[in-house]
Amino acid sequence: MDFLLLSLIKTGLVAFVFLTALAYLQWIERKVIAHVQVRVGPNRVGPHGLLQPLTDTIKLLTKEDLIPAHVNKFFYLLAPVIGVAMALISISVIPFGPKITVPFTSIETYLGLTDLNIGVLVPLACSGIGVYAVALAGWSSNNKYALLGGLRASAQMVSYELPLAVAIAAPLLMHNSLSMREIVESQNVVKWGFLYNWSIFSYFGIPFVAFIIFLICAFAETNRIPFDLPEAENELVAGFHTEYSSMKFAAFFMAEYANMTTICCLAVILFLGGWLPPTPGLDWVPGAVFFASGVLMLYHGTVNLARARDRISLPLFGVIFCGIGVLHWIPVLMPITTPLFWFLSKTLFLLFLYIWVRATLPRFRYDQLMHFAWGWMFPVSIGTLFATGLLVAVWK
Amino acid sequence: MDPILFAIFAGIAVVCGIVMVTQRHPIASALSLIGVMGSLAVLYLLLGAEFIAAAQVIVYAGAIMVLFLFVIMLLNAGAEPKPLRSSYLAGFLGVPMVLALMGLLGYLVKRSFPLDVTVRFGDFTGGSAKAVGDALFRKYLLPFEVTSVLVLIAILGAVVLARKEMD
Repeated sequence: MDFLLLSLIKTGLVAFVFLTALAYLQWIERKVIAHVQVRVGPNRVGPHGLLQPLTDTIKLLTKEDLIPAHVNKFFYLLAPVIGVAMALISISVIPFGPKITVPFTSIETYLGLTDLNIGVLVPLACSGIGVYAVALAGWSSNNKYALLGGLRASAQMVSYELPLAVAIAAPLLMHNSLSMREIVESQNVVKWGFLYNWSIFSYFGIPFVAFIIFLICAFAETNRIPFDLPEAENELVAGFHTEYSSMKFAAFFMAEYANMTTICCLAVILFLGGWLPPTPGLDWVPGAVFFASGVLMLYHGTVNLARARDRISLPLFGVIFCGIGVLHWIPVLMPITTPLFWFLSKTLFLLFLYIWVRATLPRFRYDQLMHFAWGWMFPVSIGTLFATGLLVAVWK
Repeated sequence: MDPILFAIFAGIAVVCGIVMVTQRHPIASALSLIGVMGSLAVLYLLLGAEFIAAAQVIVYAGAIMVLFLFVIMLLNAGAEPKPLRSSYLAGFLGVPMVLALMGLLGYLVKRSFPLDVTVRFGDFTGGSAKAVGDALFRKYLLPFEVTSVLVLIAILGAVVLARKEMD
């Protein structure tokens, strides 16, 4: 098939799935936090509030689009554009799976949009440019809360980018490549007979330290709790996006969730073996997980009524999940579904970690945040880099 | 495709460069500088130097970000006021002299490069991370180390100058 046509199809597919996932990520976040705090969470729109993202999107689209009179209009309008564009671009270099043959055809393609030989640097560059969105939004709003938020955000992101980049360098040293696909392929080695050689399992766990540093810096890079000083609402109203309304606010919101997702994908690829399972011989697991949860839903939907007033949604979703489980067991589809399952489940676990931490931890003070970056994260990341370099030099 | 892209991004780079000088607002100037850096990165990409392009964006954009913060935080700078009356002398003398300078530079560049060598897109292979690393840490190791010491001295100097008196 034509390269252009294939790329267009893949781009459309990834864009659709990615944007839908971003909308539903917010639903997941509200639900998880609600359950952590022993609340119910959104449950009015659709069964379990499943249509909440749709209504939220409609709400944000149809709200009045206000441009305050005192803003610097050009930069004020430019900032959300930069933010959302840079956040969405970096998904294009993330590989989701190995090379596959499309079923019933002879078309061979890679799961993932593109593979650059500088792949790892692209999300870094995008997040570097994305800082401008925050700084510009804060400055151009001409509002002291927004300005303080923008300054805090950009200072924080510039500071935490450094340990983040150094933490990334450790797996790059181990795998000797900048291409994400090659990094995952080089982890595709079974050691001690039962364990795939994920980066965090090798070199006496030193890459595990780098992984922890990467995760903490990722929280700070995406301005999430406990590092969400830029939008600390009890000090700064809403920080850099105080003056933004309607779709422009939604753009910042979307950029935050897109950045979160991309950085989790990056962590999975660099440290957690990408689309590789933990041990060989687990090909039946994806189908079993879906099938078991489907059966559980069917049980609670028909026999042991968990939702007495709603007798449709649980059985329906039970059937759908059983169907997905069976799809994972079809041999023709397995080369596609199994890697995708492992990749997505690891990414979703990291996203869940984000939400979990948000529901658990309070916020830092600003000076603590800066001292933590320069006094702890940076020396420790340099230390892991040296240790990894030494081990690589000795062993290879 | 390549020459078209080259023309577009070279044009953007030149326009952004001019805007950077003529803008009265420091933040607009800093933003145009980012425009110049970004389009230069695309030109590197066109030549096949991916690593240098990425480094261009990461390092230069990151560096300008700091500049940005200084402009906003320390200078608190607004737009420069327009001069009350522009100097006619500058217009009469300046424009021809700039044109003369440009012509001279163009002539020198044309003289110093042999005509039979043409640059083709994609011919350059020294732009990958491996090639850059080899060049920096093998061939040009001494200049590289000397430069880093120089940068270190500059940083120390900046810290000493910017430090508050603590006594």
